[in-house]
Amino acid sequence: MKKYIDILINGLIKENPVFVLVLGMCPTLATTSSAINGLSMGLATCFVLICSNLVISLIKNITPDKVHIPVYICIIATFVTVLQMLLAAYVPEVNASLGIFIPLIVVNCIILGRAESFASKHGPIESIFDGIGIGLGFAFALTLLGGCREFLGTGKIFDLTVFPEDFGALMFVLPPGAFITLGFLTAIVNKIRGVKN
Amino acid sequence: MANLIVSLSPHAHGNDSVERNMYGVIIALIPALIVSFLYFGVGSAIVCGTSVIACLFFEWAITKFLLKREKSTILDGSAIITGILLGFNMPSNLPIWIIIIGALVAIGVGKMTFGGLGNNPFNPALVGRAFLLVSFPAQMTTWPEAGQLASYTDATTGATPLAIMKDAIKSGDASVLDKLPNSLDMLLGNPGAGFGAGCIGEVCGAALILGLIFMLWKKIITWHIPVSIIGTVFVIAGLMHLANPIYANPVAVILSGGLLLGAIFMATDYVTSPMTAKGQIIYGVAIGFLTIVIRNFGSYPEGMSFAILIMNAFTPLINTYCKPKRFGEVAKK
Repeated sequence: MKKYIDILINGLIKENPVFVLVLGMCPTLATTSSAINGLSMGLATCFVLICSNLVISLIKNITPDKVHIPVYICIIATFVTVLQMLLAAYVPEVNASLGIFIPLIVVNCIILGRAESFASKHGPIESIFDGIGIGLGFAFALTLLGGCREFLGTGKIFDLTVFPEDFGALMFVLPPGAFITLGFLTAIVNKIRGVKN
Repeated sequence: MANLIVSLSPHAHGNDSVERNMYGVIIALIPALIVSFLYFGVGSAIVCGTSVIACLFFEWAITKFLLKREKSTILDGSAIITGILLGFNMPSNLPIWIIIIGALVAIGVGKMTFGGLGNNPFNPALVGRAFLLVSFPAQMTTWPEAGQLASYTDATTGATPLAIMKDAIKSGDASVLDKLPNSLDMLLGNPGAGFGAGCIGEVCGAALILGLIFMLWKKIITWHIPVSIIGTVFVIAGLMHLANPIYANPVAVILSGGLLLGAIFMATDYVTSPMTAKGQIIYGVAIGFLTIVIRNFGSYPEGMSFAILIMNAFTPLINTYCKPKRFGEVAKK
């Protein structure tokens, strides 16, 4: 059991996909204009990651090496299609606010990266835990980033007003704010992890 | 090249230092500062004062508590310059809390995150201004008219010459430009002429030019950057004016907005501008070109600050391609 918890913790903190591995920057920068958007994007990616990790680790012995990337992409694309149909059916407003970034999960480098570096070398249970760990780490990072940007930009967190919107610096909701916030959060995380340059 | 001959030792020390150059720039800024007090009164004093004090405070606090350096850098003059220039880039009716946020971004994000003076890729004052302009567009684009000495946030606002030029381009009607003040008034920033709205530091071209002459005389900066920026703007704006009269005449384009302020004081920042004369001319020409493009075709009326920031990003590249020939090296044929 300890092994699985280690894998989980590894994905959440030690190999956090956003702050440590610096993967998946496109959805990280583009969808975190508010905490709720960041959270839904993170959970959506988490779902696809768990499913694709499981299937890829199950078929790892029968996948021909020459075509393994196309096979992975097909599997990932299948789950993304499932996810998009689910979102469109049950939470259409989330689907509308994330828009093109849901289909783009197919080419999210975190998912293909975990398939290549973890799921194709480990058993199905471990791969599921890796998917949960990395996926929740991604969701946590996106929620934190979205929360900071929403708070500084509009004075709200999850649509709860903390200070009046007039005092918010609009820059943080716009794309440049994503880069600045990501830079500072990465610096803080590195400081906490004790990284020396 | 006669100045560059190195004789045998002993050598006399030239007394050149960061402080000497920085305080030279501050002295060069004084005429424009005095003029701003005369034109905007209390508002200018509050905005510039808050900005300088806030910049010094953040410089001191970040050096001491975040970077934990022994030596404080607040007295080297660079934070004072950033403060004055940031104040010069703001309207005189800006609330104090916005000025403090601007100073925090200028010093904290623009300068200290990169390691302080000498390491910042972008001009800190312009980083602060660009941040405020994007974050608080309403407050940063209402300009009080000059000459209301006793008023601060309650000052009457008016259209800047740049806004009039933008209107002329948008409506395609050259007669809108008749509302522009004449060039002599723009040079002196005469508040009695019924205009003079603008940033604190940009309303009086003559005071800025006085600062330029002082800095050239003291050899704090060379002529390359200001002259190449102003020359490029003059040529491009002149051609556009001849081709289509909805574009303002080149003298008005040069005297309006932050062009002189940017060309003289902000583009010439040592840290963020190229080192060689050739590089400085490329840099200046590109800034002039980008300014005209943003002013005439962009969504903002003023393009100077963005043009300088864009070219700041290119400075390392320009430095790489404009290395001076090493002593003894033979030019390739």
